[in-house]
Amino acid sequence: MSDHALPAGAAAPTFSPKAFARQRRRAAFAEFARAFRRDRLAMLGLVILLAFVLLALAAPLISPRSGLSVVASQDNPRWASPSGDFPLGTDHLRRSGAAQFVWGSRVSIAVGLMATVLTIAIGSLVGIVAGFFGRWTDAVLMRLTDWFLVIPFLPLAIVLAAVLDRSLRNIVLVIAITSWPATARLVRSQVLTVRQRLFVDRSRALGASRAHVIRRHILPNVAPLILANVTLAVPISILTETTLSFLGLGDPNLTSWGKVLEQAQSEGAVLRNAWWYYLPSGIGIVLVVLAFTLVGRAMEEILDPRLRERGR
Amino acid sequence: MRPRFVLGKVAGALGTLAFVLVFNFFLFRVVTDDPIGKLFRGRNLTPDQIEAKRQQFDLDGSRWEQFWAYITQTLKGNLGDSILSGRPVTTEIGEAIWPTVFLVGTATVLSMLIGVWLGIRAGWKRRSGFDVGSTTFSMVMYSVPDFWIGMLLLALFSIQLDLLPTGGFETAGSTATGLAALWDQFGHMVLPCATLALAYIGEYMIVMRSSMLDTVREDYLQLARAKGLRDVDVRRKHAVPNALLPVVSLGALSFGYILSGAIAVEAIFSWPGIGQATQEAIRGPDFPMLQGLFLVISASLIVANLAVDLAYGVLDPRVTGR
Repeated sequence: MSDHALPAGAAAPTFSPKAFARQRRRAAFAEFARAFRRDRLAMLGLVILLAFVLLALAAPLISPRSGLSVVASQDNPRWASPSGDFPLGTDHLRRSGAAQFVWGSRVSIAVGLMATVLTIAIGSLVGIVAGFFGRWTDAVLMRLTDWFLVIPFLPLAIVLAAVLDRSLRNIVLVIAITSWPATARLVRSQVLTVRQRLFVDRSRALGASRAHVIRRHILPNVAPLILANVTLAVPISILTETTLSFLGLGDPNLTSWGKVLEQAQSEGAVLRNAWWYYLPSGIGIVLVVLAFTLVGRAMEEILDPRLRERGR
Repeated sequence: MRPRFVLGKVAGALGTLAFVLVFNFFLFRVVTDDPIGKLFRGRNLTPDQIEAKRQQFDLDGSRWEQFWAYITQTLKGNLGDSILSGRPVTTEIGEAIWPTVFLVGTATVLSMLIGVWLGIRAGWKRRSGFDVGSTTFSMVMYSVPDFWIGMLLLALFSIQLDLLPTGGFETAGSTATGLAALWDQFGHMVLPCATLALAYIGEYMIVMRSSMLDTVREDYLQLARAKGLRDVDVRRKHAVPNALLPVVSLGALSFGYILSGAIAVEAIFSWPGIGQATQEAIRGPDFPMLQGLFLVISASLIVANLAVDLAYGVLDPRVTGR
């Protein structure tokens, strides 16, 4: 009753639905950040990740692009081991290994991120539509998802990439086409539980449209899970790009870490003992993939209540 | 096992196979509207030659006639001829299958044994030094491209230490017979097998560990301890048998991935299996071969999954319920 005695306007901002939602979201994020900071491995992953993203972004400042050009590298020694001039040596075409490492990080991380965004977009769309509309829409979409889940992942990616032209866009497309089903299943199951919640019924009863319910109620509740899924999907995308490039299916005009390993293999870098050519790219892949996995696992653990109580 | 359960599973597998067949056809003939042009990229062919090639690869006739020809020929066991070797695709694949099954099968069993052992130890004493160490090892291994492990092992053991051969199935031109030949083949298999085993161990270790963590809290372990059993006996006789179930299903499913498990690793070690065949077909490009490989790999996975489903029906009657 005392609420009514308050002067109008004083308490109102706290109780306006928007401000209330914003406040709750901020509190939830603060709690998430606190839990994340406590996880030392996750913080380590985050630091590694930031370092490599910085490297990828600053590539032009660290190493001029001409280092990748065969023509511009003509005066360099062939298969030179690391030295002051060439911190990571040179390859069979006299190009600097350091330039390839720095620029390779760019392509590998970019492809990983782009492919993941597309994967999650397709998977979330299918999952939300299937989970929300149910009935035959659900049945048809889930049948399709299961078919794609059963087809072996790498062979599918290989035949797709072999049939399409070799380009960055197609590599991204191939990874997305092969990896969306797992996300679709996960998102659908989450949508099914959210749809059962009372506030969805209430919103529908108040006359909200389906689009409104999806946008305002389903999406915000599924979003954290999708986000954690994104972080865990990036490593898979990066490893897939690496393997496809290694098999000769990458963009011939771009240097990715996988591409460097492919050239190291086809030019016999291992047999030549040219460790400076195949070690850095491999280490780069492992570090970035590991960093994403550490961050993703921590996020999933914090955001997924079932995992939270089990601990690690 | 109820007939309805068996029929349902078989029908599901057949449906998936049909999807793969249709997908395979459309992928290679529709996504690329000009298969001949793509095949002989950059080479000048006269219109007559193109027509001859079209006939050779069954590309004449309407799309539906092609589709029908593809389905009937595939069902007869004819997957066409390889462009690179000119031999039937089925012969090529038939020869490549056994080295791969041998290699990946051995690696799978090895990694399963080691991974399960690590997982049991790690899960039993959570947060112990052993647990942290083996979990870190598994996480790192999970992040490494499998073929890169191969490159490292090759560099260390074949180049630096000169202990093992660099690749192949046996020493080329070797006239050794009997035990000597077997020893030679064993030497060639050590590195690729170790590479794959290292790549797979993490998965088994993590699954076994988390299953152990769940089991450790069970009441019957409390009871076993209360009876005064030694820690080792509680673990061996009560915890492990119950915690093994998820690993058993993971292991069973992994046999479906045998054919596709070593595609990149085989390339490193020139192992004459499905992986090397795939790589050669990509480089060609040899589309009939790729198409055949994709079909055979997918079919093996579908059949293995079906076998696992049916085996579950026998082992666990609850699965077939309803």
